[in-house]
Amino acid sequence: MKFSEKWLREWVNPNISSDELAEQLSMAGLEVDGVEPVAAAFSGVVVGEVVECGPHPDADKLQITKVDAGQGELLDIVCGAPNCRQGLKVAVAVVGAVLPGDFKIKKAKLRGQPSNGMLCSWSELGLSDDHDGILELPGETPVGADFRELLQLDDVSIEVDLTPNRADCLGIKGLAREVGVLTQSDVNEPVIEPVTQASDARRNISLQAPSACPRYLGRVIENINMDAVTPLWMKERLRRSGIRSIDPVVDVTNYVLLELGHPMHAFDNDVLEGDILVRMAKPEEKLVLLDGEEVELNTDTLVIADKKKPLAMAGVFGGKASGVTDSSRNIFLESAFFAPDAIMGRARQYGLHTDASHRYERGVDPQLQRDAMERATALLVEVVGGKPGPLVEAKSEADVPVAANVELRRTRLDRIIGLHIDADRVTDILKRLGFAVSYTESEQCWKVSVPSYRFDISIEEDLIEEVARVFGYHNVPEVAPVANLRMTGQPEQQTPLNQIKHRLISAGFQEAITYSFVDPKVQQSLFPDLAPLQLPHPISVDMSSMRVSLWPGLLQAVSYNQKRQQSTLALFETGLRFVPDSNETAGVKQQAVIGGVMAGLRQAEHWDLQTTSVDFFDLKGAVESVLATASSPGSFSFKAISHSALHPGQAAAIYRDDRQIGILGALHPQFEKSLKLNGRAFVFEIELDALCQRRLPQAEEISRYPANRRDIAIVVDERHALGDILKCIENYGGNQLVGLNLFDIYKGKGIAEGHHSLAISMTLQDPARTLEEQEIQAVVERVLAALSEKFGASLRD
Amino acid sequence: MDLEAISKEAEAQISDAADLNVLDKVRVEYLGKKGRLTELLKGLGKLSAEERPAAGEQINKAKQQIQAMINQRGELLRRQELDARLAEEKIDVTLPGRNRQPGGLHPVSRTIARIEAFFGELGFAVKSGPEIEDGFHNFDALNIPANHPARADHDTFYFNPDLMLRTQTSGVQIRTMETEKPPLRIISPGRVYRNDYDQTHTPMFHQVEGLMVDENVSFAELKGILHDFLNHFFEQDMQVRFRPSYFPFTEPSAEVDVMGQNGKWLEVLGCGMVHPNVLKAVNIDPEKYTGFAFGMGVERLTMLRYQVNDLRAFFENDLRFLKQFN
Repeated sequence: MKFSEKWLREWVNPNISSDELAEQLSMAGLEVDGVEPVAAAFSGVVVGEVVECGPHPDADKLQITKVDAGQGELLDIVCGAPNCRQGLKVAVAVVGAVLPGDFKIKKAKLRGQPSNGMLCSWSELGLSDDHDGILELPGETPVGADFRELLQLDDVSIEVDLTPNRADCLGIKGLAREVGVLTQSDVNEPVIEPVTQASDARRNISLQAPSACPRYLGRVIENINMDAVTPLWMKERLRRSGIRSIDPVVDVTNYVLLELGHPMHAFDNDVLEGDILVRMAKPEEKLVLLDGEEVELNTDTLVIADKKKPLAMAGVFGGKASGVTDSSRNIFLESAFFAPDAIMGRARQYGLHTDASHRYERGVDPQLQRDAMERATALLVEVVGGKPGPLVEAKSEADVPVAANVELRRTRLDRIIGLHIDADRVTDILKRLGFAVSYTESEQCWKVSVPSYRFDISIEEDLIEEVARVFGYHNVPEVAPVANLRMTGQPEQQTPLNQIKHRLISAGFQEAITYSFVDPKVQQSLFPDLAPLQLPHPISVDMSSMRVSLWPGLLQAVSYNQKRQQSTLALFETGLRFVPDSNETAGVKQQAVIGGVMAGLRQAEHWDLQTTSVDFFDLKGAVESVLATASSPGSFSFKAISHSALHPGQAAAIYRDDRQIGILGALHPQFEKSLKLNGRAFVFEIELDALCQRRLPQAEEISRYPANRRDIAIVVDERHALGDILKCIENYGGNQLVGLNLFDIYKGKGIAEGHHSLAISMTLQDPARTLEEQEIQAVVERVLAALSEKFGASLRD
Repeated sequence: MDLEAISKEAEAQISDAADLNVLDKVRVEYLGKKGRLTELLKGLGKLSAEERPAAGEQINKAKQQIQAMINQRGELLRRQELDARLAEEKIDVTLPGRNRQPGGLHPVSRTIARIEAFFGELGFAVKSGPEIEDGFHNFDALNIPANHPARADHDTFYFNPDLMLRTQTSGVQIRTMETEKPPLRIISPGRVYRNDYDQTHTPMFHQVEGLMVDENVSFAELKGILHDFLNHFFEQDMQVRFRPSYFPFTEPSAEVDVMGQNGKWLEVLGCGMVHPNVLKAVNIDPEKYTGFAFGMGVERLTMLRYQVNDLRAFFENDLRFLKQFN
């Protein structure tokens, strides 16, 4: 809501500056978004009358004029505007005037003719974009008057960003009431008298959806003059409120909307047929709106109709066919109360948002219709003349909202605010807000009846908020909360996410945060088998697909950084992935994962280290350090797999016991180009719920007896996974095998084609005694026998 | 050869010994089992009983002298050897170490971690929840019925009328209150989504919401805890103001502004007393319990704390930006 400060001050005029007023409004919950002067700075502009006007002898498009600017002698002024004519009242910038943009008016000659001043257009004064010639003032405007004073341009427009509950402040009337409360000033509310009836023309009104529209007032005004123009003062107030002047009838309805906060609508009475019906739209009913768009109405939409056709979308937008035009002679004026529930969300269904729908869906005062009608009628008669008919009111009393009676308990008030405010003070605040209040000392309770315009007040908390707000939040003390000291659980078998993050950070990974919606093309290429959830109305197409993995976002971040000459890249992210799953309620499983990517150099170039690129085992090492947070090394294993996004020979599934909990591998080289990557990238992703289960340590006694190391070198066919071979040694090594390490892999000379030689150390120890040589030998032989049997392994010669 | 000549010879050889190996050879030559002085001692038997003590004493004395000289020379040689080794091992300690540079937390995570620490100290447990929410948890239970104008303010990403990307983490509060009963102290950090993208809005950002429900929680306490938090977060005494506002799920409601370095108020938080309808929606008796709730924008706080000027930097993941927080 934007309004002119001067207009407000006609209603309530506290002795405070504009800035203080803005501050008080903000601090009362009516947040002021801006305070702007209504006109740019200019001076030396007065009202003049064009006394003579004739063609310029040497220029086709110019006219020479003599203008009476109230300065005793007439001014010679050359003017280029086509609408300049004798008798016109104009705005004259006299010699010495300074116009917006620091434009100084001096004596001049235009094509040989003297010009001692300038006749101004609205745009030259910075008051509108209207370049259509010079501005025209009404004939009765006094010559010589200062233009700024005449239009009261030393004014500001204040824009308040009203919260949805304060619809009562969507008009000067409500704002004035609020300012009166806040500044303890009197409000001069103009008395609205009924207009004198001058015709019998009327239309009957039938409320066919009384809960949606419990009150509808209509009045026919005959014989209006659409050639009349909207008075300057009204146009100016509309302009300062951000509303364009359209025609005198619309201007008047808009003026009442701004003044009282009540939407009005005018129909061309000659287009209407029979009674006015306020009803729900019928199936497939169509209406062409004022903007020319045809809409098919939904049956939850309230319409104003006559006996033949819908005329307007009630409380939202008028219809084109029934709208007032330049040629309208007779109008039908509407002032109605529509229930917020019947209007809420309706405009949005049709992609509309109007000043009327904005107010009706938040609520208007259900008792204001008559005042609005009388005020609008009076203004219309003043501006376009005409003969008002009788005021016809249709009302369903039972459906008109009744003002609430709410009790405010002293104990509740003190408990919620945390402060005891004097009873007199509370009573005073409530009274100033316009509430009828009675306080019972013995019951420690205020009985409050709320006026119809504060329809947002219905429960005790609403009153508590009002008291706190007017009392001033800044007057409420700041107190440390009091609670019983109770410990919060710290489940030790749940690894804190930050600990996992810090493992990766120590390994050189930088945390990234990427959008949860990704480019569907990228995602589709990496995960062709998953149909991700699509956003129907995304910001842009490349942010439209809910991620099924963190990889698309992370790989995009890699590409972004590679384009910026970053050579060492290790990124990780944690967050949800959204995997389609018909068993889940939303058809999608929202799964917390940790994912990462490595690309480029293993390490920035270094004076003592070889410059090498990262490979699978750099990533695997990082993954292993993450898995190690579970302190359960034996339960994890890796198995080669194939995956649509990964290199067929460098992809592995991560298992915890028998459950697959993640994947790692080299990105399939075919995607390097499409993802704009510079070289290889290695990715992993692990489900966090599985990863975060940590084993509670169970301490075992450390053996006091010596450990024995035995190295074996075996030759084995390369097709066997080394993980399986090590697992086999572990199994057959028994309890005494406390250490196992593959420390060399050799192939080449001396080893058969397709085979390699593995150097493995086994460390054997018994917790209770020193192992005898033959016991050690027995274990080694048992292992070798098993390796031979299962993998065809032989001892290397 | 007589004792004196042998001693002289030994002395010369000792001082000529260039390293410890040579010195040891000298020691063996003179003092070893078959060393020359040892042989002399063995030869004492040939002497008469009268001569023997004196001659023995002389030999032993010479032996001790030689031993002392060897020790002395040895010490010198060892010291020289160590000095030489140390000199050879000298390195330029200003060269960079051999280490993969560690990474760091994203600044948004860093802020969330700090907020969790401040509130964790006061017994607030951290809760999380789904980001694709249903209408009940994102709106209805928060006292925002269908068609409420406040819904339009949210720029919600809908999948269908009852399924959306959460616009706030308040749904987590509802989910918590559905399963746990007061006293409750929780905070819920996480991603939230609004369909808005410009200089000051990204379609995804982070919030931390907090909730405290107990028998006598008051607005004065809400003011207290939030001002306390802001002072600690910014590590200075902040000028703070509570401005009345409106949220369907709290009443009274407030927005909290802090005074910026430019002398202008800057909104950093929304808060209020939990609306009785919200408590009722999760079967908590609003007559018995009261509560406060607050929500803060993590990016906004992070920008203020670290002088970040462009919101979008948080999601570009430019290493040159991220590394500044390591």
